[in-house]
Amino acid sequence: MSTRIETRFAACATEGRAALVTFITAGDPDFETSLALLKALPAAGADVIELGVPFTDPMADGPAIQAAGLRALKAGQTLRKTLDMVRAFRQGDAATPIVLMGYYNPIYIYGVDRFLVDAKSAGVDGLIVVDLPPEEDNELCLPALLAGLDFIRLATPTTDDKRLPAVLANTAGFVYYVSITGITGSATPDPNLVGQAVSRIKRHTALPVAVGFGVKTPEQAAAIAAGADGVVVGSALIDALRATLDAEDRATPATVPAVTRLVSQLSEAVRGVRRQAAE
Amino acid sequence: MNAPNSFRTGPDENGHFGIFGGRFVAETLMPLILDLEAAYNEAKADPAYKAEMDAGLKHYVGRPSPLYFAERLTEHLREGAGPGKNGEKLGAKIYFKREELNHTGSHKVNNVLGQILLARRMGKKRIIAETGAGQHGVATATLCARYGLECVVYMGAVDVARQAPNVFRMKMLGATVVPVQSGARTLKDAMNEALRDWVTNVHDTFYCIGTVAGPHPYPAMVRDFQSVIGVETRTQMLEAEGRLPDSLVACIGGGSNAMGLFHPFLDDPSVKIYGVEAAGHGIPTGEHAASLTGGRPGVLHGNRTYLLMDDDGQIAEAHSISAGLDYPGIGPEHSWLHDIGRATYISATDAEALEAFQLVAKLEGIIPALEPAHALAKVAELAPTFPQDHLMVVNLSGRGDKDIPQVAEILGTRI
Repeated sequence: MSTRIETRFAACATEGRAALVTFITAGDPDFETSLALLKALPAAGADVIELGVPFTDPMADGPAIQAAGLRALKAGQTLRKTLDMVRAFRQGDAATPIVLMGYYNPIYIYGVDRFLVDAKSAGVDGLIVVDLPPEEDNELCLPALLAGLDFIRLATPTTDDKRLPAVLANTAGFVYYVSITGITGSATPDPNLVGQAVSRIKRHTALPVAVGFGVKTPEQAAAIAAGADGVVVGSALIDALRATLDAEDRATPATVPAVTRLVSQLSEAVRGVRRQAAE
Repeated sequence: MNAPNSFRTGPDENGHFGIFGGRFVAETLMPLILDLEAAYNEAKADPAYKAEMDAGLKHYVGRPSPLYFAERLTEHLREGAGPGKNGEKLGAKIYFKREELNHTGSHKVNNVLGQILLARRMGKKRIIAETGAGQHGVATATLCARYGLECVVYMGAVDVARQAPNVFRMKMLGATVVPVQSGARTLKDAMNEALRDWVTNVHDTFYCIGTVAGPHPYPAMVRDFQSVIGVETRTQMLEAEGRLPDSLVACIGGGSNAMGLFHPFLDDPSVKIYGVEAAGHGIPTGEHAASLTGGRPGVLHGNRTYLLMDDDGQIAEAHSISAGLDYPGIGPEHSWLHDIGRATYISATDAEALEAFQLVAKLEGIIPALEPAHALAKVAELAPTFPQDHLMVVNLSGRGDKDIPQVAEILGTRI
């Protein structure tokens, strides 16, 4: 049986285009607004959703996602509530893949076995855990695969051909190519270099390759979409959300529409680009 | 858990001390820490590296640091000690390992020298570091000046404010000090920011971690560099007393001065080992930095270790009067020694440390840093419980000059 992630990337490939992968932080700026936004993303054009699990010490994230995590934590978000959010989303959407993205400690403290059962039953499809490289696969990656959850690995510009097979070995769902050396939402990737990197990765795997970190505008998304199976946008959505908050960082009526508007523009841009001859 | 044949063989090839340690870092950094491990293993086996290290420790750092008999502190604590069970006189004989006499004023320089010489071998031109009290930052800035390397030091904005003398020293030495405004704005956030820098500047940058924490190989490498403390202590005590010490006491933030003193003695069962964490306002208040006493195992900054956190796995803010101990984690090897029971971990409050700070200044003419003042506070409790022929070594890991403005303010003196 195909997973939601496989089905969705295959559908986009059939349309001859890249998938739009959108990232929001669960619980930012509060549970209700975040859930409303999550529910609105597919209609706005999100093909795959990455849901950020807030953590106090997000060492791979730039200022935008750091601040989003702190807003969510301040509003009382927990890993349990993030799973509740996915469960609520699944009641109205059985098709859009949801990938939880975050750091290991909240999962470790929740308890790996219990977490995998609860995440699977809530309707989570995959996990991206930034601080679990292949060297630590026994911690969560292998148990997740056994539990039927994709473990999506980050490949980076520092992942050379020698190391790539180890990085890809237990990766499932898709490969997330980090387009820059840096933190989320910082430098702007060079589409030519990204295209070469994606080709290099695809020589080692049949999995779709999505590209993220630093993609902010519809134009940049379109440029990346020409050479990848998916484009990930995160910090730009968080920035759009933050711009609508009041002085106390509370949501306003403009919050959800501001984010979905940008998602629509990104989606239009990505759909407007035919994938260059695949592989 | 079965006791191993030796306590000194860790970590294993994946950087684990029991369940602790490991390499919990982003993929971008993985190739870098594998390179670092290979370069360190190569350097360790190279006599030229050892010779360079030995020369630097002797002529630049000023080693060996003395092992000093603290006669008046010993007498003072003996006066307050009651008689033992059989009427014998109590009060251990106390020695200070004088790490505060090192160039830059603390033990931190031992490790920095090792890492900077390694960075030079690896051809890295830019050095980054995190710092809490500023001692590691000063040591790093110093050696970068000595070797003509660019130096960027990340320091929590709260610590920048309370350790102004060290901030100025770093700037004098040519370093760029970046005040970190994210999170709690203390040591853990400085470490996050240093990791973010490293992830961004992978090609030319060497991350000089200041304590026995972080991803493998840092905990083992920093321990190796700091072990000179314990190795010297062993020789010096044999010279002074003709035998090994009976106990060792050291303060613990990340735990590098403690691990440096402890490690060479781990396989000597007669040597009792005490690590002293910062209890801040007191463990029951929740405002402390005692990861082993008040925390539980978790994953942060590249390793699994005891951490202060809430039930959702969110890292808690530590509290200590001492910026150098104000960290919600501890080196993974300490977590392991704690779990297997080879070392005993206790804690001292802000108030106890402040009292010991003043006591040792008046009795010995040595103003200790607030960090080792925590160890001294527990020496004042432990020494009176041991017989007079008990030899106790406390690591005087840093000098208190940097703390003078802060202590003066707490004591209500305007300077």
